[in-house]
Amino acid sequence: MRARTLAAVGASAFAFAILEWVLPRALNPYYLTILTRIGVAIVAAVSLQLVNGFTGQFSIGHAGFMAVGAYASAALSVYLGSEWLAALASVLPVPLARALYFPLPLLAGGALAGVAGLLVGIPTLRLRGDYLAIATLGFGEIIRIVILNVDAVGGARGFALTGQNGADLRYEDLGAIYAVVAISVAVIARLAYSSAGLAFRAVREDETAAAAIGVATTRVKVLAFVVSSFFAGVAGALFAHSEGYIHTNSFSFVRSFEIMVFVVLGGLGSITGAVIAATVLTAAPEGLRGFGEFRMILYALLLIAVMILRPQGLMGSRELSLGALRGWLRGRRAAA
Amino acid sequence: MLRAARRAGGIALVASALWACGPGQSGGAGAAKDPIRVGHFASLTGDTATFGQSTDRGIRMAFEEVNAKGGVLGRPIELITEDDRSVTEEARSAAQKLIQRDEVVALLGEVASSRSLAAAPEAQRAGVPMISPASTNPRVTEVGDDIFRTCFIDPFQGAVMARFAFDDLKARRVAVLFDFKQDYSVGLAEFFRKTFQQLGGEIVADERYTSGDIEFRAQLTTIRGASPDAIFVPGYYTEVGLIAKQARELGLNVPLLGGDGWDSEKTIEIGGSAVEGDYFSTHYAADSDDPHVRDFVRRYQAKNGQVPDAMAALGYDAARILVDSMARAGKTEGPALRDAIAATKDFPGITGRITIDPQRNALKDAVVLKIDGGRFRYHRTVSAQ
Amino acid sequence: MENLLQQLVNGIAWGSIYALVALGYTMVYGVLRLINFAHGEVYMVGAMTGFYAAHAFGVADQPSALGLAATLVASMAACAVLGATIERVAYRPLRHAPRLAPLITAIGVSLLLQNAGQLVFGADPKFFPPLVASREAWRVGSLAVSNIQVTVLATALLLMAGLELVVMRTRVGRAMRAVAQDADAAALMGVPVDRIIQLTFVLGSALAGAAGILVGLSNPKIDPLMGLLPGLKAFVAAVLGGIGSIPGAMLGGLLLGIVETLVAGYLSSTYRDAIAFVVLIAILLYRPTGLFGSAQPEKV
Repeated sequence: MRARTLAAVGASAFAFAILEWVLPRALNPYYLTILTRIGVAIVAAVSLQLVNGFTGQFSIGHAGFMAVGAYASAALSVYLGSEWLAALASVLPVPLARALYFPLPLLAGGALAGVAGLLVGIPTLRLRGDYLAIATLGFGEIIRIVILNVDAVGGARGFALTGQNGADLRYEDLGAIYAVVAISVAVIARLAYSSAGLAFRAVREDETAAAAIGVATTRVKVLAFVVSSFFAGVAGALFAHSEGYIHTNSFSFVRSFEIMVFVVLGGLGSITGAVIAATVLTAAPEGLRGFGEFRMILYALLLIAVMILRPQGLMGSRELSLGALRGWLRGRRAAA
Repeated sequence: MLRAARRAGGIALVASALWACGPGQSGGAGAAKDPIRVGHFASLTGDTATFGQSTDRGIRMAFEEVNAKGGVLGRPIELITEDDRSVTEEARSAAQKLIQRDEVVALLGEVASSRSLAAAPEAQRAGVPMISPASTNPRVTEVGDDIFRTCFIDPFQGAVMARFAFDDLKARRVAVLFDFKQDYSVGLAEFFRKTFQQLGGEIVADERYTSGDIEFRAQLTTIRGASPDAIFVPGYYTEVGLIAKQARELGLNVPLLGGDGWDSEKTIEIGGSAVEGDYFSTHYAADSDDPHVRDFVRRYQAKNGQVPDAMAALGYDAARILVDSMARAGKTEGPALRDAIAATKDFPGITGRITIDPQRNALKDAVVLKIDGGRFRYHRTVSAQ
Repeated sequence: MENLLQQLVNGIAWGSIYALVALGYTMVYGVLRLINFAHGEVYMVGAMTGFYAAHAFGVADQPSALGLAATLVASMAACAVLGATIERVAYRPLRHAPRLAPLITAIGVSLLLQNAGQLVFGADPKFFPPLVASREAWRVGSLAVSNIQVTVLATALLLMAGLELVVMRTRVGRAMRAVAQDADAAALMGVPVDRIIQLTFVLGSALAGAAGILVGLSNPKIDPLMGLLPGLKAFVAAVLGGIGSIPGAMLGGLLLGIVETLVAGYLSSTYRDAIAFVVLIAILLYRPTGLFGSAQPEKV
């Protein structure tokens, strides 16, 4: 046990070191941007997995919650953050000050998105299947249009993360960003495989039966929804602070569909599946430059093909773990 | 499960790191005959595609002429164009790609003010001078001292049309229908309103739409109820044509007025007879008598098979000013280039004599065109004073 | 008052387009309990086909009734084929899969058509040829009704009447109603369920195609992404009227058109798109069966 924990900690520290100090020097900033976008996609996908995959509630308005998180965190940084950052920077070395400040807009974005999730979830989670999907889509759009009309966060011009004093409030620290990603994934995984997670899956398998045996289905669904929206907000906040400029166009239902594709292709109910799908599908189109137009067509074809041929997606509801990997290898060797 | 999730994250990380370490792009140090890379981000496709395409053609023609004469400082210019698909945040991505991936020394773009506003901070941050050939919203150049424009700005343009409506058309009651989603339209409408009211006119209706809309009858009905003498529609050509048609169908037969967003052949193509007798302000008139303009029109037509519109002419001028600035600075990038652009004085452009003022905007005349007989016809010039 | 009347006229004309598209949604939902997300894209294909057909037939320059009729037929036929193909390839294999699977597939088909459309038709907007010369049809005081609005309304009403006739007065229509009520029982009674479902798709898609032509006439800007939002709104209209009910879809479409126009005219056009979603959520929460629908309890 101790050896394993030590190994895990060691691996994490090593990964952090590479992200924080090695890659930013070795890679062109264009590629660093892609790595950041992968991180955002992972958090978005895994948070959606909690609701769609584990609780079986098909929500397709996820981008709306990302928008809430992005804009809330951006507003905080632009209107208050620069002062706080300056205050911190006067007593601490700048990188430390920034590192201490950074969690604040993330938490603010997540919290507000979680509240939005509560407000949206309570009325809509009464609906089933197709209707829930459309209602969440509708809410996602309403949120987006409302934000578009708020001039204080830029409206149709978009919102740039420059403080009142002209300070650049971007946070592109890859190590910190991936630390947030890792923590988010860990928390969601913990929740999904806890006793609360059992309740989620009971609701997924058969909601009426679950209610019949005493599961507080509405509360369970709302819980999943709120946690999912919280992390969607965190993803949005990460996005806002790494891009340095946000526009409601980035949070349309196309984005919701993209994230849904990650979750479905990775396997409804598998966290590792969502992570892998998010990574591959975010990185690949950038790598295959000139394939931009074909990207969405490919997603769509993949989606249809997967639903018809392999509806459980890549991982089904299984996770990748060291034990499973060892078992699989042993199986291969035995067969050989 | 914690571990499993971490594993997956680790794998994803390693995979992407390996992939990312692959063919990296590194800019080479320039040898004497190395091309000078200039980036152009434009809306080659999407809603305002003709703007981007025309501008690109104008820029391209300018650079080809320069290269034919030996280039700048002995080096040819290489133009790299990125499409932003008429989408605001794509403009920012396009500018980023040009700056970081292609390592251009200067940026040309964009026509739409919203898109210039999205991209300008990137250029400013990287210290890459950016020249917008046609964005007229004043805020574009306020982003920083690396951002320039070679066209007039909306406070001037709005005033031009307000004066035209009041003095030439004798209009006293004007309705405004603007595009809420585009900074260009919002700004131009505001400046028009201010000047028109200062002159003593009345804004009898103020309606809005969103670019991409196709149905305007609701707003037009409200406008009709206010009995205006004219309607100011400071939008882009895609919507203007439709608005004109639907207005005529509703029995609204007063003249429509607009800004340089109308300057595209598509306005007439879509609007047809509905836009006959309407006026708009823009940067140049293709049917001008000026021999330089006539020559430019002839050369452009021979090369591209169509009459150049304002965007093509502006693109041409912006490209030539960039080249001229490089020649004057003796350098092709950085603060020296920026300062040379800022010092541009009385440059003989197709769209007028261009001087860059301390706010990095251009002091230029505007022309008012009339849509007459299915064509844009020169109506009058309004000087920059 | 005159303003209000004009807005109502505008709203009804605009709403009849929603109604035509909503009919397709409601019919498919009736027989398959499936929201055919791709339906909005069928409408887009209708508009695009009309554009190319009009140019191919050489009727694009001069308005003519024959040109309009030919384009309409071509477009409806193309959409009928498209609808049948989608059903066969994407939905039939999932007939017995859990409810989520066809929903996801439908989203996939929608995305596919949008993006393939951008590739095939080009992403730039196109301008639908004026097959009907636009002018005022008649005037009562300041109430102006354009001949195009009249054409749109008349065509929509005719097609809806035709559909109602088919569904209520023919054997085929009876078979469709039977499958909608209980597919297994209908099969036991000898109804060829697969063929009936296919026919449902064919009819619904043809109507969407017609809607595409009509919108091309009255709002001539068309592009490959034009179907997404109207598709969703037409779905809202179907839900408003009671999903599964044909008169409901008609009424829902007209109502939604009127509400949207009134909001744009009297409040602000920036909320025009949002209002459809607000209506949707209100309906789903307070009267999920819509105006004419009937409750369908879920059993364990």
